[in-house]
Amino acid sequence: MMERVHVLVCAGTGCTSSQSDVIVEKFRSYVRQFDLQEEVKVIKTGCFGLCQKGPIVAIHPDKTFYCHVTPADVEEIVVEHLYKGRPVKRLELSDIDEETKEKVFDIDKIRFYAKQMRIALKNCGVINPEDIDEYIAQDGYMALGKVLESMSPQQVIDEIKKSGLRGRGGGGFPTGLKWQFAANQPKGQKYVICNADEGDPGAFMDRSILEGDPHAVLEAMSIAGYAIGANHGYVYIRAEYPIAVERLEIAIGQAKNYGLLGKKILGSKFDFDIEIRLGAGAFVCGEETALIASIEGKRGMPMPKPPFPAISGVWGKPTIINNVETFANVPIILLKGSDWFASIGTEKSKGTKVFALGGKIVNTGLVEIPMGTTLREVIYEIGGGCPGNKNFKAVQTGGPSGGCLTENDLDTPIDFDSLVALGSMMGSGGMIVLDEDNCIVDVARFYMDFIVDESCGKCTPCRVGTKRLLEMLNDVCEGRGSLQTLHDMEDLAHKIKDTSLCGLGQTAPNPVLSTLRLFRDEYLAHVVKKKCPSGVCKSLLTYSIITDKCRKCSLCAKQCPTGAISGVPGKEPYVIDASKCIKCGACMTACRFDAVVRV
Amino acid sequence: MKSLSDLQRIRDEAKKRVSMREGNQEYRIVVGMATCGIAAGARPVLTTLVEEAAKNNYPVTVTQTGCIGMCTLEPIVEVFGPQGDKTTYVLVDSKKAVEILEEHIGKGKVKSEYTVGASGVAL
Ligand SMILES: Cc1cc2nc3c(=O)[nH]c(=O)nc-3n(C[C@H](O)[C@H](O)[C@H](O)COP(=O)(O)O)c2cc1C
Ligand code: SF4
Ligand code: SF4
Ligand code: FES
Repeated sequence: MMERVHVLVCAGTGCTSSQSDVIVEKFRSYVRQFDLQEEVKVIKTGCFGLCQKGPIVAIHPDKTFYCHVTPADVEEIVVEHLYKGRPVKRLELSDIDEETKEKVFDIDKIRFYAKQMRIALKNCGVINPEDIDEYIAQDGYMALGKVLESMSPQQVIDEIKKSGLRGRGGGGFPTGLKWQFAANQPKGQKYVICNADEGDPGAFMDRSILEGDPHAVLEAMSIAGYAIGANHGYVYIRAEYPIAVERLEIAIGQAKNYGLLGKKILGSKFDFDIEIRLGAGAFVCGEETALIASIEGKRGMPMPKPPFPAISGVWGKPTIINNVETFANVPIILLKGSDWFASIGTEKSKGTKVFALGGKIVNTGLVEIPMGTTLREVIYEIGGGCPGNKNFKAVQTGGPSGGCLTENDLDTPIDFDSLVALGSMMGSGGMIVLDEDNCIVDVARFYMDFIVDESCGKCTPCRVGTKRLLEMLNDVCEGRGSLQTLHDMEDLAHKIKDTSLCGLGQTAPNPVLSTLRLFRDEYLAHVVKKKCPSGVCKSLLTYSIITDKCRKCSLCAKQCPTGAISGVPGKEPYVIDASKCIKCGACMTACRFDAVVRV
Repeated sequence: MKSLSDLQRIRDEAKKRVSMREGNQEYRIVVGMATCGIAAGARPVLTTLVEEAAKNNYPVTVTQTGCIGMCTLEPIVEVFGPQGDKTTYVLVDSKKAVEILEEHIGKGKVKSEYTVGASGVAL
């Protein structure tokens, strides 16, 4: 029996947390109730990237995308759309056409998607990640087949080198070169590791790829194994990603059943197996030498390099470690050719990059863009700009290792080198937009707080230095800072960078240095005027009531949790006792006459 | 699976099952499926079209729509060709649906005796 309609329900982490699993069940039961089970197939798929508008349901071949679907909407979709052929307009994803100013529903006209180019995410939201046949239908495992049948390991490495693929885990190291180092090592036991630790707060690119297209990563790891002469692989993934872990387990099982993992793959002499290793979710375990230690059952602490893992990695054997997204690009490069891949992007950064757009932006979610797209295109055209007509302030890339970019940088084409030149970095793909309501010192403090928790403690500058930096940031935010504090911060930041062992410590001061350089005025306002211009740092705020504007209504005093406001209804204007005020802002919200001000 | 050709065979089978998701086929066939269409028997017509098209690898996307506005002529099937040309077939049943696919899609010839023009209804 052939179905005529496929209902694809997003089962990514975002949508699952807003009940997409219940939605799937409801679809299945209504479809049965209306006797449509022969005609309609309900499929769980991976992230569509539009997580903020989730749960997402796509109906094909109609190409209808429903957003913010709730379990209560399912019956209407089944009756109206699936039974009677009338799409439920009120739930359809739409956009306003720039020229005609009319509402458009066509997916190719939705700006969020129009500027994107999907290579690493090409199967996410398109296939059922728990069904290997669906992956195979998209030419899955054909690259592995081609490689085993007609390419030598060196030809595979040359093809990856020519493609210009660089590591997506943050460093941007040329992937082909890394494979070459490991391949050049004498024959014997070697390993392939997929780094799915993804510790950057706010990033979820790798999780979405593993949830939406796990076989692509398995196929790529097998290809890498063939290229370097390894027959064992590990996926190192954090235990906080249960859906991704489950899909990976299912995928590995299915690949084994089909003989696409295991002995003599596709009739060749090549054997390859993959094991999952769960990490406890420590940021430092994403660093490759710490990751290797963790796989070996030791405490996840970095080791000095060299030796590099390609020479001496897990159990002292040659090992390549690549990021999830790096791997996701590999099969398609081998199928479509290195020339095709190298034709996308900029001179030194080829292909696409996936970003997790977050913060003060209308369309939060996952976007994949060709390298060379400008920040402005990503933030305004794809992301829809800052919500509520607020002014854009900065965009933070590279997470705790990166820095901020400002309005002046928005027309820069995004690639590995341009972002570094501007004092930030590509990082793994976190992209957090800040608006006028964000205090830049508070943002720097957020990342430093994260680092203090995540430092493994091996080196004094990182363990103690970042703690001191955090204390100084607290001083600035709480009004105890001075010009000397800023000076000391800068000095210490450079010392931590220069004397830490691993990338975590070496980059940890970046958010502080970058914001100090770009937003010096804002730091100065905190330490000299003792004011927080964005009104975030509570210690620097005072609430007061403008006597002339006060209508003596007593609304503020009724809301105040500490009894800090006194006055007589209708007779005496109200005043705030600063010593009792805890700066909760309730009075300001309560006052209907704008008499309460915050300065 | 033991070879690349085994994999290719599985792929070709699997492709048939998901190709309809793309909806980018040469021909688009739309069946009127409002209450009037369903009452007149549009559902078996729709399923027949889907089955036959898949069986014969016809380059068509079959979808449904609401009321086309000629309730007395339901079930109505509209065929959109590669150039956007539209042919409207009326009073279709499963048997006619098979013939329409064979003639119109298979041979590229409009099955004129089933079209709205031949029904004698002035539009
Ligand atoms: C503190 C720290 C955390 C890191 N976290 C990750 C991570 O979560 N995922 C990742 O792929 N790479 C991470 N890296 C980079 C890895 O060490 C390594 O360079 C990368 O996995 C190599 O893969 P690629 O060449 O494909 O990017 C981290 C590095 C450092 C210093
Ligand atoms: S720099 Fe920090 S995280 Fe890295 S090894 Fe030293 S203490 Fe550990
Ligand atoms: S800010 Fe809160 S604590 Fe302070 S006066 Fe207003 S209501 Fe009272
Ligand atoms: S998780 Fe559903 S769209 Fe991202």
